[in-house]
Amino acid sequence: MAQDLTTQDTHDVTTTNGDANRRAMAFTPAVDIFERDETTVIMADMPGVAPGDVDVTLERQILTLRGKVKPYAPEGYRLLSSEYRVGDYIRVFTLSDEVDQARIDAEFKNGVLRLELPRSPETQPKKISVKAA
Amino acid sequence: MLQTIFSPLNISDPFADMRRQQSEMNRLFTGSRTLGPSACYPPVNFWAGQDSIVMSIELPGLTEQDIELTVKDTMLSIRGTYPDSEKGDDIVWHRHERSDGTFLRSVELPFRVNPDQIEARFENGVLTVEMQRPEDDKPKRIAIKTT
Repeated sequence: MAQDLTTQDTHDVTTTNGDANRRAMAFTPAVDIFERDETTVIMADMPGVAPGDVDVTLERQILTLRGKVKPYAPEGYRLLSSEYRVGDYIRVFTLSDEVDQARIDAEFKNGVLRLELPRSPETQPKKISVKAA
Repeated sequence: MLQTIFSPLNISDPFADMRRQQSEMNRLFTGSRTLGPSACYPPVNFWAGQDSIVMSIELPGLTEQDIELTVKDTMLSIRGTYPDSEKGDDIVWHRHERSDGTFLRSVELPFRVNPDQIEARFENGVLTVEMQRPEDDKPKRIAIKTT
């Protein structure tokens, strides 16, 4: 079974925010990728991202998932212990040409982005009959 | 005159205890339905105020019904169940990085918290719990009389 997607590792891409003169950490969100009934589903964990701050762009066959997080800093408190860091999310995938780009569906709920990538009907596996010589 | 630098909240010591107890607790309660070899429990962040503490925990994909938050004296426990990932014979998995199953995490707080004064908010997959110290538990300032 052919792999539809290949991922590019973008570990901790640091981007310098020129205005605020601060380095913002960007993280790779954990994803689940599975396929069922001719549809590939990608679910990406992006907690802390508001539904309006999610960005999914498809250019040719490069799919980019982006999420902006507003850093949480309660008033009058100081950070005591930090087991996880907070930052924006970014992950890039290369889709195979079998994906029907016009019918890609995206939904964002409770910090999880769910993408459904249906397969184009024309690219169903064709059975080639073998003639006995 | 001898001067001692005395940290009133003494954060460093109970904090090291807290971490050690947390990891011990997590080992004990690794969840009944965890799939995979290692237990996956979500990481927490703590913010300290004068007499209150805020905990934030990332729980993407869960809803308020999936999370159970209990408090008793200094012990805060969070139990949660991740929604069932897709199952079936017709599924082909390519990548499985997200968490699954049930987790239980108990944390020892540096002071007792008032259960009636706890505010828990769940937004976009992040649970924020703000806890206040009960009035009678707060350290009292003692007046010094000069004779």
